[in-house]
Amino acid sequence: MTEEIIIAGFGGQGVLSMGKILAYSGIMQGQEVSWMPSYGPEMRGGTANVTVILSDERISSPILTKFDTAIILNQQSLDKFEKAVKPGGILLYDPNGITRHPERDDINIYKIDASHVASELGNPKVYNMVVLGAYLKVNPIVSMDNVKEGLKKSLPERYHHLLPLNESAIEEGTKHVEVVREIK
Amino acid sequence: MGELRLMKGNEAFAEALIRAGADGYFGYPITPQSEVIEYLMAEKPHERTGMVVLQAESELASINMLYGGAGAGKKVATSSSSPGISLMLEGISYMAGAELPCVILNVQRGGPGLGTIQPSQSDYFQATKGGGHGDYRLLVLAPASVQEMSDFVPLAFDLAFKYRNPVMILSDGVIGQMMEKVELFDPIPRWTDEEVIEKNGDWATVGKRPGRERNIITSLDLDPYSMERHNHDLFAKYKKMEEEEVRWEELNTEDAEYFIVAYGSASRISQKAIDLARAEGIKVGLIRPITLYPFPYKVLQEKVQKGAKGFLTVELNMGQMIEDVQLAVKDNAKVEFFGHVGGVIPTPEEVVEALKTKIIGG
Repeated sequence: MTEEIIIAGFGGQGVLSMGKILAYSGIMQGQEVSWMPSYGPEMRGGTANVTVILSDERISSPILTKFDTAIILNQQSLDKFEKAVKPGGILLYDPNGITRHPERDDINIYKIDASHVASELGNPKVYNMVVLGAYLKVNPIVSMDNVKEGLKKSLPERYHHLLPLNESAIEEGTKHVEVVREIK
Repeated sequence: MGELRLMKGNEAFAEALIRAGADGYFGYPITPQSEVIEYLMAEKPHERTGMVVLQAESELASINMLYGGAGAGKKVATSSSSPGISLMLEGISYMAGAELPCVILNVQRGGPGLGTIQPSQSDYFQATKGGGHGDYRLLVLAPASVQEMSDFVPLAFDLAFKYRNPVMILSDGVIGQMMEKVELFDPIPRWTDEEVIEKNGDWATVGKRPGRERNIITSLDLDPYSMERHNHDLFAKYKKMEEEEVRWEELNTEDAEYFIVAYGSASRISQKAIDLARAEGIKVGLIRPITLYPFPYKVLQEKVQKGAKGFLTVELNMGQMIEDVQLAVKDNAKVEFFGHVGGVIPTPEEVVEALKTKIIGG
């Protein structure tokens, strides 16, 4: 199994850390992983994306142009990466602030209103964990136990008191993801 | 099995320095390798092993601190990115001349000049053909994964002391910035002064003892005949490296008719290109030089003898390693180049296209 994922949005949305938790979860279940950020003179509010690959085999290129999954958190990223999803792949997006919605009919499309769910939980910072939960519901490539382990490994120990909040955000994400279009 | 961690290439290099028993790291921050000194500062290696970590006032200071440390037989290292390495070249030439061991990491970015902060491989000539003044060589290792950013550190120290020569780890912004799974090796204790002498002979300035001459570390010798002899001695050493230290990796080469030659991040992109091309029935394999100096000329020559139809070099530059591939292949098979520069990264699809148009159909 190889899953090639792009996560893209604004800087500050937790795009890079979501990728890191996903990658650590892969390690927890014995997989090869890679995490390649778009680095550069980035800033909060600018665009940020990361390519994450989980595989049972040695990973070749950490930089890709076609993806099994695109997790999209703003309009610019949707415009850029909708066409990069392989036919039959997955596009998960946050409809907040989206004016042009995805149009492809050869991929599976899901949405998660993650900022709403995160504010219901009382902490907008867990936004990315809600998105992660939504993704794992529609594509359970890593088990919830391994995600929890990955989360623990990714967070510095001084933040471990926040683990339960992050875990419940993932949990809520699994409950609130909606199907836009599934191909048969 | 060693401890598994998810780390950036730069962080893996830094952790490996501490575990390899390095005595000192002297560096100056520059993107895309600043995580090396950040990690070392946060990790407080002085408390773990006694290793010194110091942010120098400049790259010139860093490399000359290496000169001093290496002269005393210490395992010393620095890291920088392209413009910073250019600043160090005077010191690197002095170290090669004075035959001092050290490890230098270059996480290459686009140039020339101040350039960009994005990945590049345009310092190949600088690393493999000298760079600084005078006739000298660096032993150059090219990691293609975060694992190798860790594993090549103890290897680089071993080679540096074996040959009393600076060893360069030539990486790039992709390998430095990406995170992968790393299996960390068990820590190697730092050497005592006695161990420095026991393992490496009595050349270092560890303190003069009765019964031996003073050890002098210098690259200056005003007697031209003596300097000529020194150059010949250096080249005898480089010849030994060429005989004993060539390292490379082959993937999918057993039935290959065509070959991609690529190192570092370009080799990773090429691996994916090979998967795509093979799915179309093209018999192509990868030759990945691990040592860029000494270069695996013989490996390429063997492929030519077995009937290789063509070689495509893929590099993040305008075509530098291709000159070494041409030296090996000569006119016996087609040799072409594909790459991007300035921080732009080739895609696997583009590599397949270049293979088809420049090598197979060309």
